[in-house]
Amino acid sequence: MEAPSTLRPAARLTLTELPLLGEGLILGLSVQSDRVSADLPERLAELGFLPGARVRVLARALFGDPIAVRLGSGTFALRRFEADCITVQVLAPPVCGAT
Amino acid sequence: MSPLEPCIALVGNPNCGKTALFNLLTGSRQKIANYAGVTVERKEGRLTSPAGRRMQVLDLPGAYSLHPRTPDEAVTCDYILGRLPGEVPPDLIVAVVDATNLSRHLRLVVALKRVGYPLVVALNMSDLARRRGVAVEPAALAEALGVPVVSTVGVRRDGAASLVEWLDAHFSIVRVAVEHVEPAEPDRGDVAATANDQREVERVLAAVGRLDPPIDTPSDRIDGIVLHPVFGPLILAVTLFLMFQAVFAGARPFMEALTALVAMVAGWINASIAPGLLRSLFVDGILAGAGSVVVFLPQIVLLFAFILVLEDSGYLPRAAFLLDRLMGGVGLSGRSFIPLLSSFACAIPGIMATRTIPNPRDRLVTILIAPLMTCSARLPVYTLLIGAFIPNRTLALGVGLQGLVLFVLYAVGLLSAFVAAFCLQFATGKRTLQPLQMELPSYHWPSLRNLGIGLWQRIEVFVRRVGTTILALMILLWFLSSVPAPPPGFTGPAIEWSLAGRLGSFLAHVFAPIGFNWEISIALVPGMAAREVAVGALGTVYSLAATGQDVAGALTPIVAQAWSLPTALSLLAWYVYAPQCLSTLAVIRRETGGWRHPLLVAGAMFLAAYIAAGVTYHVARWWLGAG
Repeated sequence: MEAPSTLRPAARLTLTELPLLGEGLILGLSVQSDRVSADLPERLAELGFLPGARVRVLARALFGDPIAVRLGSGTFALRRFEADCITVQVLAPPVCGAT
Repeated sequence: MSPLEPCIALVGNPNCGKTALFNLLTGSRQKIANYAGVTVERKEGRLTSPAGRRMQVLDLPGAYSLHPRTPDEAVTCDYILGRLPGEVPPDLIVAVVDATNLSRHLRLVVALKRVGYPLVVALNMSDLARRRGVAVEPAALAEALGVPVVSTVGVRRDGAASLVEWLDAHFSIVRVAVEHVEPAEPDRGDVAATANDQREVERVLAAVGRLDPPIDTPSDRIDGIVLHPVFGPLILAVTLFLMFQAVFAGARPFMEALTALVAMVAGWINASIAPGLLRSLFVDGILAGAGSVVVFLPQIVLLFAFILVLEDSGYLPRAAFLLDRLMGGVGLSGRSFIPLLSSFACAIPGIMATRTIPNPRDRLVTILIAPLMTCSARLPVYTLLIGAFIPNRTLALGVGLQGLVLFVLYAVGLLSAFVAAFCLQFATGKRTLQPLQMELPSYHWPSLRNLGIGLWQRIEVFVRRVGTTILALMILLWFLSSVPAPPPGFTGPAIEWSLAGRLGSFLAHVFAPIGFNWEISIALVPGMAAREVAVGALGTVYSLAATGQDVAGALTPIVAQAWSLPTALSLLAWYVYAPQCLSTLAVIRRETGGWRHPLLVAGAMFLAAYIAAGVTYHVARWWLGAG
């Protein structure tokens, strides 16, 4: 399977799409929907969701919403639409699913 | 407040252990009030150092940044920026940081440094950081930050020693007249500015050779199970079920002992005081009234103990996480769960806990539905009626019928709250997607000391209430029920001739359609002050109505004999909604800033109580008549 771009496919995801227990590096914050308040990226940044920070999805509730995200040594619960605002680069595959 | 005493303010992120440190610094010498004009709790204490210097200590609400998102954060920011009316700016800021989570917590320190007050950093939870192998040297951090740093352990008895020593040694710095400080305005707080501060934090951490936090802590492994999509909700359901089961079964022996004690005191008074007004005041007024409320102390203590343990261990935010989706269905968020669970103990702390909800609409709806949670003051009424009317039978699987009825009463309250929230969602207008952004702090064993302090505060409040409000109302009711004395030829119980008897027979017209007799109608009036007073009032009323009989502590057989089953069920249904709790209405007024919402709550609950009781009464009568 060959990808045309230099980036491997699926290397760039939103935090929502990051597999359970997989690790990611935050690339940027952006607002995806007009139903979301415009200062959401600022709020997320204040909690520490900043470009360059490492994140890991610890748990997903029933139906995948909300999700629990490890950030540094803190854990935060985010709703799906909030996690959608965070773009990540996949750093490591899920710990248990690694080959 | 003496102008000579310097004031130090504790500032930090939520969950940095700030309050534990504050308790350690000030001990029991705390004063809890509100900030002028806002309903945020202001905690002030006094510290006397080993060298004998006295300082005021202020525990400011936790904040993630100097750009407030909640009413709590706004107080912290305004105070620091000198914009809070009626407050003198601090002489020194103690920035409390979680040593295990420096890369986030130090960002607030960077922002505080820019504001310009004298600053010292308390590296809190330093024991935990050492155990996890992420500890940094205070001296090295001070060097890199350019701010003095001491390490503290909020949960150990001597954990604040180094901070107190520092304060002693640098007292003259603390005394620097702060009039010279002109607080700098914070930056705009956009992503770029926050990222800038974060770069500064990373520079500092690189300089002290910080190690990366371990990827997999014990807390994470617990979360793997507790937050699991299937096991998580299961664990939550079992926990809540066990909690209510324990509150009922576990408290029983203690309640029986208290009942026996009250009866013993009554017997002793009967034996030592000649019959007459004085003996009647003690036995019928005080013991039958206040005594029948005191009996419920064990249940209330157990309920609070459970809630405090869940809160202290860090489980409550997890429960909120698991329930977020469910609460989203009625337009609320998981954040509303914590105030609502507290409301099972009492709606007042529950309503005050809504201050942590950033969205004003969510907060208002949570306040409005909180009184529907079955508070502990309803328990005495439920326990009395269930004990008197529901047979103590075991259904399948060891589930008792009495426990089941109690569970149904809780469930009906909860269900009504969800229906109310669902309806309110249309009344409060269109909404955008609401963020959750809730921190899930690391699990830790609840500290026995904090648990003890918390429980003692509840017991004190309850006993004080029994000793003041309830006692006074009981004596007043006893008086109203005893005068005027009936004329010599009167054959019925004396209370029917009294003022209270006449008021009761008037009110009975209003409540007769829902099956209440005049004794219940009378008991509902003092029950306005607090719901559980109704039980005490019934004790007094029946004690005075019964001729020569001793009812102190023995209300159950009396109501079992005097009331029909439909009347009892109707009163149970009434108490699911029971609007009468003046303190709750007062708190709603304070928190919403007007009379509109408390009046709305009182009116809606009165109507709901009347309708529910009426429907229950007539359905029960028809059912029993048909069957």
